[in-house]
Amino acid sequence: MTDPKVLTHLQRLEAEAIHIMREVVAEAENPVMLYSVGKDSAVMLHLARKAFYPSPPPFPLLHVDTTWKFKAMYELRDRMAKESGMELLVYQNPEAAARGINPFDHGALHTDMWKTEGLKQALDKWGFDAAFGGARRDEEKSRAKERIFSFRTASHGWDPKNQRPELWNLYNARKNKGESIRVFPISNWTELDIWQYIHLNDVPIVPLYFAEERPTVERDGMLLMVDDDRFPLKPGETPVNRSIRFRTLGCYPLTGAVESTARTLPEVIQETLLTTTSERQGRAIDKDAGGAGMEVKKQQGYF
Amino acid sequence: MSEQITKEEPVYVTDALIAEDIDAYLETHQHKTMLRFITCGSVDDGKSTLIGRLLYDSKMIFEDQLAALESDSKKVGTQGQEIDFALLVDGLAAEREQGITIDVAYRFFATEKRKFIVADTPGHEQYTRNMVTGASTADLAVILIDARKGVLTQTRRHSFLAHLIGIRHIVLAVNKMDLVGYDQATYDAIVADYAAFARSIGIESFVAMPISGFKGDNITGPSENTPWYTGPSLIQHLETVELDSTIDQAKPFRMAVQWVNRPNLDFRGFSGLIASGAVRPGDGVRVLPSGKTSTVTRVVTLDGDLDEAVAGQSITLCLADEIDCSRGDVLAAADAPPQAADQFETTLVWMADEALLPGRAYWLKLGTQTVSATVQAPKYTVNVNTMEHLACKTLDLNAIGVAEITTDRPVVFEPYADSRTLGGFILIDKITNATVAAGMLHFSLRRAQNVHWQALDVSREAHAALKNQKPAVLWFTGLSGSGKSTVANLVEKKLHALGKHTFLLDGDNVRHGLNKDLGFTETDRIENIRRVGEVARLMTDAGLIVLTAFISPFRAEREMVRELLPEGEFVEVFIDTPLDVAEARDVKGLYKKARSGQLKNFTGIDSPYEAPENPEIRVDTTKESPEDAAERIVDHLLGWAPTI
Repeated sequence: MTDPKVLTHLQRLEAEAIHIMREVVAEAENPVMLYSVGKDSAVMLHLARKAFYPSPPPFPLLHVDTTWKFKAMYELRDRMAKESGMELLVYQNPEAAARGINPFDHGALHTDMWKTEGLKQALDKWGFDAAFGGARRDEEKSRAKERIFSFRTASHGWDPKNQRPELWNLYNARKNKGESIRVFPISNWTELDIWQYIHLNDVPIVPLYFAEERPTVERDGMLLMVDDDRFPLKPGETPVNRSIRFRTLGCYPLTGAVESTARTLPEVIQETLLTTTSERQGRAIDKDAGGAGMEVKKQQGYF
Repeated sequence: MSEQITKEEPVYVTDALIAEDIDAYLETHQHKTMLRFITCGSVDDGKSTLIGRLLYDSKMIFEDQLAALESDSKKVGTQGQEIDFALLVDGLAAEREQGITIDVAYRFFATEKRKFIVADTPGHEQYTRNMVTGASTADLAVILIDARKGVLTQTRRHSFLAHLIGIRHIVLAVNKMDLVGYDQATYDAIVADYAAFARSIGIESFVAMPISGFKGDNITGPSENTPWYTGPSLIQHLETVELDSTIDQAKPFRMAVQWVNRPNLDFRGFSGLIASGAVRPGDGVRVLPSGKTSTVTRVVTLDGDLDEAVAGQSITLCLADEIDCSRGDVLAAADAPPQAADQFETTLVWMADEALLPGRAYWLKLGTQTVSATVQAPKYTVNVNTMEHLACKTLDLNAIGVAEITTDRPVVFEPYADSRTLGGFILIDKITNATVAAGMLHFSLRRAQNVHWQALDVSREAHAALKNQKPAVLWFTGLSGSGKSTVANLVEKKLHALGKHTFLLDGDNVRHGLNKDLGFTETDRIENIRRVGEVARLMTDAGLIVLTAFISPFRAEREMVRELLPEGEFVEVFIDTPLDVAEARDVKGLYKKARSGQLKNFTGIDSPYEAPENPEIRVDTTKESPEDAAERIVDHLLGWAPTI
């Protein structure tokens, strides 16, 4: 017997995620991978390609679009779909489009209609019974208790009190009629794990994660990027060029940037390690309902 | 913010290296290993405070979270004006209000050597299942003891569970040493007390240390307050303890096949997570349970073929021969394969509100194998506080017991003590799909190996051909007095007139003979149906068309009989008569007796009837005459007309 080969934490996290993805493909009827084009999605897509190589991942990518993502995100999305050989499904909630729901005028309703409702509609439309998501347990307190296989009722609700026990690496994927599963293969990764994995595997990510001079305005304590001419400037507001980057990406009017000079991945990781604010802090959504914001949203069907 | 927190030297992240040479830093940190552990104890033992401190010292708490923590501490905290670390780790809103943790939460932190995943589970007895869940993936358990209280009932319970689930590394953390003046005698007495108990339940070794989660003593480095203690700090120990995955590598190769990768005709690969051992191109492997052998040609990954893969890696293997192998099979070292068997002795941890029903069929999932399994009445249950063995008839929520399990086909397995992957399983309720139990296989029972099928020269096909008919079971189900026997009798008469060979098994005639030892409890009803199902199957083997008329109230047992028979031979006929109509008829006067309390466990009154969801035939006796229904059933059976 030769010396044991010591697996690193990233190798073990990768193996776990691949194992989970294969279990879902073996046991679900119609799986899909949610693809939001962020860095977690980028890692998820990369893991899926590894899990099924040399086959392309045997499920489509679903982008629940709000029409308010950064331009650079749409570009990467289309490129990655082509490179991976996977089908890309884009869904925009027609009701939100018809009512002109937008983040400037409608606040929380924007997220609710485009994302929460849009996701439910999309899953129903194509009849997906299992959807991969890139949520991590270190992101937020209620996520720390969510299972890797998380069941949703026919109306997409989450019942935190009634979760199935998950033992060893055995997942019970059996569903009752109308139920669907959200599956989180990177539950046990931290933000730093994600960055290191991207670094080691050259995973393509949106350039917005790297610092660059970009037009910004400061509003409600958040630094917002003026990504296109739909951004309504308030009296007295003029976009100012600042060297900024994003730690997390969503709808551009809701996503706060940080001032930074980190132009390479190691520099980004360096900043992440030395920083003292948590990742989701740049997002308006968690603050909506006080301490229990995310838990309430999830019970309503938010991913 | 941190006057109350005595901060030790930061060993977690070297800020200087990050700032000066990020590339060098990344290089070291890419070689970290990973340890999963569980903390056992209650809030009173300072468990949440300890976890909060580990997160805090490793900089897993950011300023905005700390600000929220400070304001929460003042609002709902239990530490007065000081920071209440427990609030950091109590996730769900309902729990925060009740002040207790009621589920399993996973936390993450890292030092320079390792990444850690902490399973944080509640300590009370009613959360045994949560602790078992958290422990199932852990390499190590930290058993927390309050230095003022010593070894308590819950300490014994937690240690027993950690040992039961196969955790090899036990840390006895004697916490709150600051509150006993860092007194060595107190500490020594507790350790001696625990050592005696640990030996008695088979724990071979453990590491004890005096700590204070609140003050930070012996957490990251040696504490000045305990000069008499020369052992490692908690973090030092966690950083150096041997990982289970390293030990698994020394065992023979095993990989459960998850998925067959077949992108085109030129490639056929078998994907899975290596459970133990290592594999290289050229290695001989055996496919189980078939026993066929082949040689590994390639270990395929997106990053290129590997020369070797080891336990813990997810890979895809190509074999030299075109042999049958699919999901549920196990690939193993050709010269050291695991066994397969269909009867086992197991330990079960019951996890559902609905108690175990001995005799009922559940799904058993082990690795990638899913089979139908029945559990015998438990031999005993273990009192988790005293470790006593108690006689029992069933297992309730959180009960732990030893029971025999029979599966409908052989399962490839290893004793749990040798392999968590091939020895650990879950039981799934076939109707609700809930995970109802976790189990550990210990050994196969000899009789499984000694009973062999008698090879028959006259096959069931030959029996059926001689009678010129297709065998089937017409399974009539419905409430007492719904008209099952009436319709079944009419159907048999019609079939007989058509020259078909039939036999009618009726609830009353079977209970007078074959099943006269059975009563009407839930367990007896299940056994009643199981026997009738087996008899019906033997009769179809003889080529007969069997009609059965039993209330058969539970969906699970009707499904069990359906699975005994070849596809299409089980025809479920639901005689759908509403309770009030059946009760108004009350042909045998039974409803009257049940209503007056003279008859217990009567279906529809004080025992449930689970109506079929998709019966082959449904007869609404309020709309259709028995004669018409019988005609329709005969037509369906003989394939003469479509049914509704």
